[in-house]
Amino acid sequence: MFRVEIAKALRRRRTWMLALAIASVPVIMVVAFKLSPPSVPASADAPPFLAEIGRNGLFAALAGLAIVQPVLLSVAAGLVSGDAIAGEAQAGTLRYLLVRPVGRSRLVVAKYASGMAMLGALVVITIVVGLMAGAIVFEFGPLPTLSGTTLDMTDAISRIIAAGLYMTVVLSGVVSIGMLISARTDNAAGATVAAVVITIVSQILDQIGSLRALHPFLPTHGWRGFTGLFRFPIDWAPMQDGVRVSLAYTCVFMALAVLSFRRRDVMS
Amino acid sequence: MSSVLAARGLTKRYGSFTAVHPLDLAVEQGEIYGFIGPNGAGKTTTIRMVLGLISPTAGSIEMFGEPLGPDRGALRRVGALVEEPAFWPYLSGRRNLEYFARAGGRTDDTRSRLRRIEEVLGTVGLAGVADRKVKAFSQGMRQRLGIAQALLGAPELLVLDEPTNGLDPTGMREVRSLVRGLADGGLSVLVSSHLLGEVESICDRVGVMAGGRLVAQGTPLALRGPSDRIVLDVGDVQRAIQLLAGLRGVEIVGDPAGTRLTLAIDGLSAADVNAAIVLGGVDVHAMIPVAASLDDAFHDLVKDDDVPR
Repeated sequence: MFRVEIAKALRRRRTWMLALAIASVPVIMVVAFKLSPPSVPASADAPPFLAEIGRNGLFAALAGLAIVQPVLLSVAAGLVSGDAIAGEAQAGTLRYLLVRPVGRSRLVVAKYASGMAMLGALVVITIVVGLMAGAIVFEFGPLPTLSGTTLDMTDAISRIIAAGLYMTVVLSGVVSIGMLISARTDNAAGATVAAVVITIVSQILDQIGSLRALHPFLPTHGWRGFTGLFRFPIDWAPMQDGVRVSLAYTCVFMALAVLSFRRRDVMS
Repeated sequence: MSSVLAARGLTKRYGSFTAVHPLDLAVEQGEIYGFIGPNGAGKTTTIRMVLGLISPTAGSIEMFGEPLGPDRGALRRVGALVEEPAFWPYLSGRRNLEYFARAGGRTDDTRSRLRRIEEVLGTVGLAGVADRKVKAFSQGMRQRLGIAQALLGAPELLVLDEPTNGLDPTGMREVRSLVRGLADGGLSVLVSSHLLGEVESICDRVGVMAGGRLVAQGTPLALRGPSDRIVLDVGDVQRAIQLLAGLRGVEIVGDPAGTRLTLAIDGLSAADVNAAIVLGGVDVHAMIPVAASLDDAFHDLVKDDDVPR
């Protein structure tokens, strides 16, 4: 079932449009910085790595990840999860899968796994395209950390990969929420929008300082924790928070999604 | 004969509304069972319960002699078309079948299903066009691809819900003869329709559903009731009408068509009518009993079922 899902996704134009959109981010960024290098170092509201691109091509991959995460990756997560079951229900193919028979739990889990794999692929695209664009337009050099020390190239690239891995893992929480919504409705667009809105609202709430008491309970809490990889020494705490929160959300919401889908009358 | 499908006391309630009242249904090995009734009579709900898409409020289902467990494993021996066929429109017909074949089941099932793709495409006559995307398929092609999908797993029981919906008369005829041919090959079939004339000709047995209840069950012949009309082809129509006017228990229905008269007889036999006319000096060229249509019987059975749904 997992392989069928991946094969289906690869034959959809939508998948490639999303991949193209994601890949365009580091490219546009690098070109823009080449054409007009930022004069001021980093302004307060710019993503943390953006301003460094002009000095070092390695930053393009990292800045690409940082920019893609709050918007494009969030939309992609909402899409793969919200559409997962509801999309099949809306198309009518759900009933034909179930009478094959494909076990209901198995279907939910396979949809979750293939969705996560696709998100992972999008992260890989961002890193690879970012590194290539950065290498072509700028030069690679030792990467300065946020703490003032520097990392050699191998170290820097492995940390960028680790950042991508972390980013993928912590998407699991919102993907699971999307799976639950998707398992309970036949309206694919509605489920997708709901999952995207939850992801984005959660990120906004996580930024509002006066809601600090709420932060540890948000499904996107700790999403920006990958910046800890570029400190010296590495700051693991925010990433541990992020993994813990998204694992908790995954367990609870995937269990609910499976249970509720198993009991549901399929009328579509 | 053994039942490939046996439902007992199958019931579905939504709150206070009962969609399907306790119902017993059996499909025997090798027969075509026609499930008829107006839209909203509960046919689709029943079929969805049989296929495990909807959980029954009460009742049990046996397939191939064993209870249908929570894993619905017996469904691997069943092929189904539930309401409209459905596909991934961005994939070709062949690719759709491939992904349905790969989805679910055990590895050996998957392999045998993959091997059958070309065969079932041939059976439904789509082999030449199967590489087109399904979104470019006509309604008739979709319907046939749906039946191909149902046949993928070499099923022993075929469940077809409204298989001729949206088809033109030629398409309907094609589907009917396809289903008949499959049943002649030993397949058992449960086929539903709101058009009775459509399944009557191919079914071995018919169950009539109305208002969530199975109101009648039997062979099409038994449900149809006795014939009570005859068509007479006579040499002299005017003279025959005069003779018939003198007989009790006979009524001429409608206007004469050329040399033909349609008669409703009540209490007389067709032979009595024949004798009276021949003795009156009129030639009788033909005497044809007209079967009361099953449609009439059907309307009598379901006329109280006007629950809008």
